[in-house]
Amino acid sequence: MSKEKFNFVEAYYRYKKIRRTEERITEIYPTDKIKSPVHLSIGQESIAVGCSMASSKKDIIFSNYRGHAHFIAHGGDYKAFWSELYGKSNGLSSGKAGSMHLGDLNINFMFTSAIVASSIPNAVGYALAQKIKNLSNVVLCYHGDGAMDEGVFWESINFASLKQLPILFICENNEYAIYSHLKKRMYQANIIERVRSFGLKAKKIKNDTFTIFEETKKILKKIRMNSTPHFIEISTSRLKDHVGIKNSPNMKKNDSRLIEDKELLFLRSKVKDFKKIDKKIESEIDKAIRYAEKSKYPKQNEILSNVFSNL
Amino acid sequence: MSNSLNLSYGKAIYEGIYQSMLNNPNVFIFGQGIDDYKGHYGTTLNLHKKFGKERAFDTPISEDSLTGIAIGSSLAGMRPIFVHQRMDFLMLCMNQLVNMASKICYLSNGIQNVPIVIRASIGRSWGQGAQHSQSLYSFFAHVPGLKVIAPTTPYDVKGGIIASINDNNPVIFVEHRMLYENKGLVPQKKYEISLSSARVTKKGSDLTLIGVSYTVVDCLRASEILKDKKIDVEVIDLICISNLDIKTIIKSAKKTKKIIIVDNDWLYCGLASEIATQVSEKLKFKIPIERMGYKFSPCPTTRNLEDNFYPSANVIAKKAYEMITNKKDWTPKKIINKEILEFKGPF
Repeated sequence: MSKEKFNFVEAYYRYKKIRRTEERITEIYPTDKIKSPVHLSIGQESIAVGCSMASSKKDIIFSNYRGHAHFIAHGGDYKAFWSELYGKSNGLSSGKAGSMHLGDLNINFMFTSAIVASSIPNAVGYALAQKIKNLSNVVLCYHGDGAMDEGVFWESINFASLKQLPILFICENNEYAIYSHLKKRMYQANIIERVRSFGLKAKKIKNDTFTIFEETKKILKKIRMNSTPHFIEISTSRLKDHVGIKNSPNMKKNDSRLIEDKELLFLRSKVKDFKKIDKKIESEIDKAIRYAEKSKYPKQNEILSNVFSNL
Repeated sequence: MSNSLNLSYGKAIYEGIYQSMLNNPNVFIFGQGIDDYKGHYGTTLNLHKKFGKERAFDTPISEDSLTGIAIGSSLAGMRPIFVHQRMDFLMLCMNQLVNMASKICYLSNGIQNVPIVIRASIGRSWGQGAQHSQSLYSFFAHVPGLKVIAPTTPYDVKGGIIASINDNNPVIFVEHRMLYENKGLVPQKKYEISLSSARVTKKGSDLTLIGVSYTVVDCLRASEILKDKKIDVEVIDLICISNLDIKTIIKSAKKTKKIIIVDNDWLYCGLASEIATQVSEKLKFKIPIERMGYKFSPCPTTRNLEDNFYPSANVIAKKAYEMITNKKDWTPKKIINKEILEFKGPF
């Protein structure tokens, strides 16, 4: 697709909505209305936006505890998201999950895990089921560079390759596991090369929303046709702390990315009526926050419900 | 029993899996060596030929990820069975079982569920030593959201595996290396047993012996020895470790007023302690309760120490006699566990 035909309006909407959501969380957080850890996505929006716009509605999304961007970009229930952050009974999981375990089956967004790399084999298992059932859906598995420190990551890609499963691993490489830099964790940071050695097609993609969209779209088409596992790596920056609302100490104080987001400005420059979109976003956020604030907490007897499945 | 066959415990497991796979295309099975010529003690023999290599396959030695893969496939509607040669190997699966499988239903508030079966054997036999003989089932039963069962008889193991496959929750299915050749009547039809019921294997009035998995065999042997002393004990086969059938135990305790719990495990913080506690909480009067289990050491390999590591039928019988008579004047005849004596490995 040529850049001219790309839906910049939608890209800007998704990107800005993620950014503003995270900023509003940052504003509300000191009131202690959200009584749970949040792992914010500010700085990493382009990946969620590009990949979500490239994927099909039937595709399955496995994210992780830093999942707000993925959840919003893929179109998860926004009001229920806020209610979940507030721990309310009409949240995604009646408040039992919170920010670290978001999920919405209406968009095939699997409930996320707060343990690094733990969802990766689950994503591979879901892809295995697609293959056994002869379905053409693709699994998108978002993870960080930190997940690649875990043995289970390598076990999982070995199996995905062995069985030639329809899965795309999306490595959001922000270089840090909390405050530990990649160089303190890997002898060689040759991520693509290492993944290729397991037999996966792997590619490093330039970090801009359109390129991510375009490349992901092509790769997803290949996966759908040939059922081959693919891996992409995108360098990114997490502007906030690993957890919580402070700026990341990994960033220099005068880093330009903390002052203005060039990608956001670029997307905005492509949208005529960006003010209208901004207004729409603020209104959606306001409504969702009001909804969450007004909603009730779960009843005490809910504590023991759904420990086991009643399905 | 009409339409029943005299089957071994191993063959009964096979029957349960075969019928489940035949009945439901979403059931599939995998694990290291399940398609080899031994077929995991015959329990998976040639399933890959009958159902194809997509539904019955050998795997890399990647227990951690494969547990996660089982979970992920179950989220997509499959019913996987993941087979392990030993319980000890489940320690490599702990993150996926404890942090993922047991939590997904709760964290999704019941929207998602994880119908997986994890099969593994307690490896006791012929010098299996410290890392191939452990039970460790209480680790799993400790966690809300996991079901743990350990059937003893061919009848229960077939009904148990079918019930576990059909259950909508993660089930740890505990087998025992020394039970695979035990025979018993098994209906040919597909049937389920309850995953929350114990079984009174032998009725009696003087004392209740509670066993689980292989220790039920020891308890039954002890009950035979005790007949020499005209002592009539009741034997309960626990079957279900996570959903403890405390009603059946209390009913028996009210009758016999004495309990010995014989565990396949260490006693400290274990299943026997849980049963003893629940009995004392639920009974309005105090009764003597004894626990027997492994010596509190890793399992030694040499037979000479290994025999002492496990509670044997004659040690159980002696304890029962002493509880009933308050006398220590009897040394029961030594019973040889034939299956243990005859087993020569190699695995």
